[in-house]
Amino acid sequence: MALNHKRRFTALSGVLAATFVVTACGSGDDGGGGTDGGSGSSAIDCAPYEQFADIDGKSVSTYASIVAPESDAYEAAWKPFEDCTGVDVKGEWSKEFEAQIVVRVQSGNPPDVALFPQPGLLQTVVNDTGAVVPVFEETEAVVDENFSEDWKAYGTVDGTYYGFPNSSNSKSFVWYSPSAFADAGYEIPQTWEELVSLSDKIVADNPDGSVKPWCAGIASGDATGWPVTDWVEDKMLRDQGADYYDKWVAHEVPFNAPESVEVWDAVGTVLRNPDYVNGGFGNVQTVASTSFQDGGLPILDGSCFMYKMASFYAANWPEGTDVSENGDVFAFYFPANEGSEEKPVLVGSEFIAAFDDRPEVRAFTTYLASAEYANLRAKEGFGFVSANKNLDVANVDSPISKLAAEQFQDPSALIRFDGADLMPGAVGSGSFWREATAWIAEGKDTKAVLDSVEQSWP
Amino acid sequence: MSDTQTPEKADASASDATAGKHKNPVSYGALAVGFFMILVFAGIVGLVAASFFDAVPEITWPSFLVESDTAVRKLGLMVFVVLLFVGVMALLLFMVDSRKRVPNWTVAIAFVGPALAALLLGLIWPGISTLIQSFYGRSPWYDPERSEFVGMANFSTLFTTPEFQVVLRNTLIWVILVPLVAVGLGLLYAVLIDRTRGEAISKGLIFLPMAISLVGASIIWRFVYEYRAPARPQIGLLNQLLVWLGLEPYQFILNVPWNTTFLIVVMVWIQTGFAMTIISAAIKAIPDDIVEAARLDGVSGLRMFRYVTIPSIRPALLVVWVTITMTTLKVFDIVRTMTGGNFQTSVVANEFYTQSFRQFDFGLGAALAVLLFVIVIPVVVYQVRQLRISEEIR
Repeated sequence: MALNHKRRFTALSGVLAATFVVTACGSGDDGGGGTDGGSGSSAIDCAPYEQFADIDGKSVSTYASIVAPESDAYEAAWKPFEDCTGVDVKGEWSKEFEAQIVVRVQSGNPPDVALFPQPGLLQTVVNDTGAVVPVFEETEAVVDENFSEDWKAYGTVDGTYYGFPNSSNSKSFVWYSPSAFADAGYEIPQTWEELVSLSDKIVADNPDGSVKPWCAGIASGDATGWPVTDWVEDKMLRDQGADYYDKWVAHEVPFNAPESVEVWDAVGTVLRNPDYVNGGFGNVQTVASTSFQDGGLPILDGSCFMYKMASFYAANWPEGTDVSENGDVFAFYFPANEGSEEKPVLVGSEFIAAFDDRPEVRAFTTYLASAEYANLRAKEGFGFVSANKNLDVANVDSPISKLAAEQFQDPSALIRFDGADLMPGAVGSGSFWREATAWIAEGKDTKAVLDSVEQSWP
Repeated sequence: MSDTQTPEKADASASDATAGKHKNPVSYGALAVGFFMILVFAGIVGLVAASFFDAVPEITWPSFLVESDTAVRKLGLMVFVVLLFVGVMALLLFMVDSRKRVPNWTVAIAFVGPALAALLLGLIWPGISTLIQSFYGRSPWYDPERSEFVGMANFSTLFTTPEFQVVLRNTLIWVILVPLVAVGLGLLYAVLIDRTRGEAISKGLIFLPMAISLVGASIIWRFVYEYRAPARPQIGLLNQLLVWLGLEPYQFILNVPWNTTFLIVVMVWIQTGFAMTIISAAIKAIPDDIVEAARLDGVSGLRMFRYVTIPSIRPALLVVWVTITMTTLKVFDIVRTMTGGNFQTSVVANEFYTQSFRQFDFGLGAALAVLLFVIVIPVVVYQVRQLRISEEIR
C-alpha cells in the first residue's frame, strides 16, 4: 500500500538526518597536505633523489605519535623534499600511536613510514607482524654516512636492520637552578661521590626538612615507572660498566643478579631516601604519585635542588622560564663515578621504519636519513636533536639541546641506549615499570622486585 | 542508518498487512528497501572477508570525494552525499508505492537479514574470534606464520600469577561492594525522601553525578584525593579536611589495600543516583490499597518497609542490582584514569586493555575478555529467569 504523505515525509527527514551524520563523519580532516606538484626550486640538493624513477605525483603516508604544533615543524622540514621530488608526504599525527600501530598493521592498514617513539615498539611490531621492511639499501648508504655504528645496532632486530634514528635525547642530565646553586654556594658535582656529598650538604643546610636535595616524579599514565628505569640504567652503566650493561640488556645475566641489586640499592639511596626526596611534594611515596612532568617544578620555588630527567624536559618548564646556563633552570651532566675514565651517556631515540617498498617511500626514507633533513628539522625548533654526525650544533635551537648534541658528538662519550626500550615489551614496558613503581610506592623489597621482573622475562 | 529505517519499514509492513486480504503480502518496493540494506551489508562483509586474504583492490576515488580540505569542497561533498541519498531513497519509496505482492519468507529475510548480518558481523563473529584467540599466543590466531596454539596456558597464567590474582581479587571486591552499597544507599535515600517536601530537588542532587562521564568523575575524584606534603598547602578536598581536623594527610590513591575502596567510592557516587531513581519510581508504584490495608492491620515503620515495600519493589531492586553489577564488571575508565592499574588496583577490564594494547599479548587479552564474559553469564541468566518468573506471575 502507498505510504501516506506524512509518513513519507517523516521517513525522508529521518534519512536526511542520517545523511548529515554520515557526511559530518566523512568530511573530517584527512590530515594530509595538498599536492604541490613538480620539481622546482628547493632548499636542498635534489640530486640524491633523481635515482628514484617515476615518483612525481605519488604520495607517502607517515604515522607518528607527535602532535601539533610539533608536527608542523616536521611538515616544514619535509617541504624541500616534496619540492624536489613532487612526492606528497601525508602526515598522520596521533597520540594513540603506541596502541594503534600494531592493530593497524595487523588489520592490513599500515602507513608507508612510521616514526616509532622508541625501538622497543619497533621490535614488537617486527616480531609480532613481520610487516616492517628492512632499511632500503639507498637509505642505509646515507645512514652509514651520518650515524655511528652503535646507532645501527639499536634499530636491528635479530640481525636485520629495520630502523634508523629520528630525534634523539640524552637522559644523563640532572636539572637544577643555576641561580639557586649560586645563592647557596653549591658547585656542580663532577662525580657521583660529589653528588652524594652535595645532597648531604643540602640536607644539613635545611634541618627543618622543608627543602630537600631531590625532587622526583615517575607517574606517567599507563607508563608510570619509566623514569626509575632511566635511573637504574644510568647507574648500571656507571657502576657495572658498559660490558655488563650490554649483557644486562640482552638478558645474558639474570635481572636479579647481585650486581643488579647493588645498582638498585644505589638508586634507592636517592629515590627511596626520605631525607633526599621528595622536595615540594612530600614523602618517598609521592614520587610514585607525582607526574614526571610536574616532578621538577619545585626547583623553581626552591623546595628542591635537583631533578634527574632527560633533555626533553626543557619543554615542561612554565612559559617564561629562562632555560640556560645562567638562567632559572639548566641541567648538568649526571656525573660518572670517581676515577672513571669514560663519560657514560644514556640516550633514547625515535626510530623511523618503513612498511612498504615503493620508489617514493625509498626516496623519502633516504631523505630522512640525510644531514640536510637533520639540519632543516633542527632549525624548526621544538628542541629537536639528532644523533646525525653531520648535524651542525649551531642549528639546534635550545641551549639544553645543544648540550645534548655536543654529548652525542663527543668522541670520549660512552653512549648506550635506554635499556628498557631494548628489552622485550613484557619487561621493558611492562614488569620493569610496574615493579619499579611498587618499589617506590609500596616500599617493596629490592630483591623481591628484581625476582619478579626476572620471572616475567619471556 | 538502519535505525532510521526501522520505523519506516515497520510502517510499510503494518499498513500492508492490515490492508491486504491474502497472507501478509507486501509490496516489491519494501522488499527493495530490504535488499538494498542486504546489499550494503554484503558489501561490508565482502570487504572484511577480502581484507583477510589481503585482496582488497586499491580503489581510486574521484578526488572531490576524498580530498575535502577546503570549506567549499566540504560543503560540496555534503550536498553531493545528501543528493545521492535523497535520490536513492526517493527511488526506493517510489517502488514502495507499487502494488505488486511477494511471498512471506522473502519479506522476513529482507527485514531480519540486515539486523542478523549486523549482529553476526559486529557481535557474534568478534565474540567467536576472541574465544579462539584466548587459546592462542600473543599473535592473532588467523596469522598462520606467527600464531601458536597454547591451549589453556593463558587461563592458567591468569589464575596462578600473583599479579593477576590481585586483579581477580579486586574485580571480586568491586562486583560485591558497588551494587551492595549503591543499591543500599539508593534504597535508603529513596525511602527517606519519599513524599517529603523538595523531593524533586533532593533527587536531582543525587542523580546529578549520573550525568558525568566516568573519566570526568575520575578526574574530579583524583583532585579530591590529591595529596601534598603535610607542611604544604593541600589542594585535595579530603586531605584539607583531614588537616583541619588536625590529622596527617593521607595518600588515598596509593595506600594498599584501601585505595581500591576509594576508587569504588567513585563508582558508587555515580550509580547511587541511578539506583535511587528506579527504586523511587517503584516505591511510588506500590498500590495505595496495599499500603492502606497494611496500615489497618497495624503495620508501620520498619515492618512496613520489610513486609510491604521490599516485596513490592523486588523486581526493580533486582534489575538495578544486575545492571549495576554488569556496569561494575566492565569498569575500566575509573581505574585507568586514577591509577592506571598501578598500586594493586587493576581490574579485569583494565588488564584486558593493558595486555592487548600495551603489551600486544592478544592471547592473554582475549583470555581476560573471555573470563569477563564467563563471569557475566550467570548474572544475565539469573536476570532473564527472574524476568520470566515475574512475567508468569503477571
